[in-house]
Amino acid sequence: MNVATPLAAAGLRKSYGTHEVVCGLDFELRPGECFGLLGPNGAGKTTTLRLCLGLTEPDAGTITTLGLPIPQEARSARSHIGVVPQFDNLDPDFTVRENLQIFGRYFDIPEQEVRARIPDLLDFAGLASRAEVRIQTLSGGMKRRLTLARALINDPELIFLDEPTTGLDPQARHVIWERLRRLQKQGKTLLLTTHFMEEAERLCNRVAIMDAGKIIAEGTPPALITQHIEPQVVEVFGESATEWAESFGRNHAERCEGTGETIFCYIHDPAPLIADLDRRGDLRYLHRRANLEDVFLKLTGRELRD
Amino acid sequence: MATSHWTLPLFSTRFVHVWRRNLLVWRKLAIPSMLGNLADPLLYMFGLGYGLGRMLDDVGGMSYLGFLAAGIVCSSTMMSASFEAMYSGFSRMHVQKTWDAILNAPLTLDDVVLGEMVWAASKSFLSGCAVLIVAAALGLVPSPLALAVIPLVFLIGLAFAGLGLIMTALSPSYDFFMYYFTLCVTPMMLLCGVFFPLDQLPAAAQAFAQLLPLTHAVSLARPLVAGVVPSAWPLHIAVLAAYAVVSFYIALALTRRRLLQ
Repeated sequence: MNVATPLAAAGLRKSYGTHEVVCGLDFELRPGECFGLLGPNGAGKTTTLRLCLGLTEPDAGTITTLGLPIPQEARSARSHIGVVPQFDNLDPDFTVRENLQIFGRYFDIPEQEVRARIPDLLDFAGLASRAEVRIQTLSGGMKRRLTLARALINDPELIFLDEPTTGLDPQARHVIWERLRRLQKQGKTLLLTTHFMEEAERLCNRVAIMDAGKIIAEGTPPALITQHIEPQVVEVFGESATEWAESFGRNHAERCEGTGETIFCYIHDPAPLIADLDRRGDLRYLHRRANLEDVFLKLTGRELRD
Repeated sequence: MATSHWTLPLFSTRFVHVWRRNLLVWRKLAIPSMLGNLADPLLYMFGLGYGLGRMLDDVGGMSYLGFLAAGIVCSSTMMSASFEAMYSGFSRMHVQKTWDAILNAPLTLDDVVLGEMVWAASKSFLSGCAVLIVAAALGLVPSPLALAVIPLVFLIGLAFAGLGLIMTALSPSYDFFMYYFTLCVTPMMLLCGVFFPLDQLPAAAQAFAQLLPLTHAVSLARPLVAGVVPSAWPLHIAVLAAYAVVSFYIALALTRRRLLQ
């Protein structure tokens, strides 16, 4: 392992009772990259982050974070890590500024220095005008931005983001994405968990798709798309879509998948399908390029995970 | 429970940051909080002290009000530490997830639980001392020996904070704490010599009371308030200290099981 490797996990296993949540995980982050852990609910993403932070002990395997063995040296490692948890846990008794100030203390950063960092962090979070405001009055997006700013109070080299945009509206989500790109430009290494494929495709240099505690595919988003799926997708909607798929779609597309009244046709050359759909005129369709979500659904299946 | 939950605690001075966090919240509400903490014990003290005290010549060699004051110093410390460790602690642990946020920083759960325990003891220290000050102002504290009650109050606070944190670690919701109050706190109020001397109880109840921390707290505070060195004081201190240490250890192990899964 390279000394500069921000995070490396090998042979990681973790069970709760008889249920194995993480089943032999291997991955490594490269300095300055954004690495995405993708997976449906219950795939073991959050447990993996907790293991890497030393908040729970693995049953087997090794973790090295910023050159330090975890969980033995977790406390030292966490001094250089920023964490954006899945659910906001800002301190509701405090103002925006106090939240940053108190969090800085936990890192033993001198009070003076924390105070000096706060204006930049407030700017970064777009909350400069709300420094003295109580947390309860902030919108969901503002809270997320403050949580992100709070994770930067110790100027971390490595930042863990556990579903950072879940529950945000599109505007707020785009702002978070823009901020994360800024952090990457500053040379920070990001470990992101998400189940928004668009998010992963926009932000991540590399992604690992997890399911049932295992990594089932790993690579850059374009490489995964090329490797796992046909390049073109035609989505067909309508009452007779299934019937059309049986009589025509299946014979021309490489693969057809259906959910309800929608058929997804994966194909290299969509022209014959489109010609037929245009001729019929009774089915709506959408032709697009294959994306990471298609890969994700192919690899993890379309069944509900709740 | 996994053996790793029972690993001996490893502290850092960062527990102080947890304590300071709670202090900052408290400072915002200090005045109403202090008044609220003081109102209840003073109502008991004056209500029972004057009302009941008129019917009694003296109790245990002192005026009933003086007798009661020493007991109320202990019981209000117990109440305040228990409330803080349970209701407020549960809010921070479970509802606000404040502990989760802290654990992402370079603190361990050992630091957090210690910080919470010392904080709850500190808050109860104010309650206990406030009652003592009122008693002194009423001329119920004849001797400077009563100054020894001040560190004692902190120790009492630690013992009950530790017990409260055990309940917090086990609690599924706020309602759970009612059991502890009904089954532990209220019986202790009545059995441990706060309102009347222990020797009024049947022998079996007296023996049982010797197992309870509040008995030992009262056994120390009452003579000190009256200006007498308590008999068997090292034993009473040892019992309270043991309650504090053992309850901390159990609370920590249970909280580890709950949060560090």
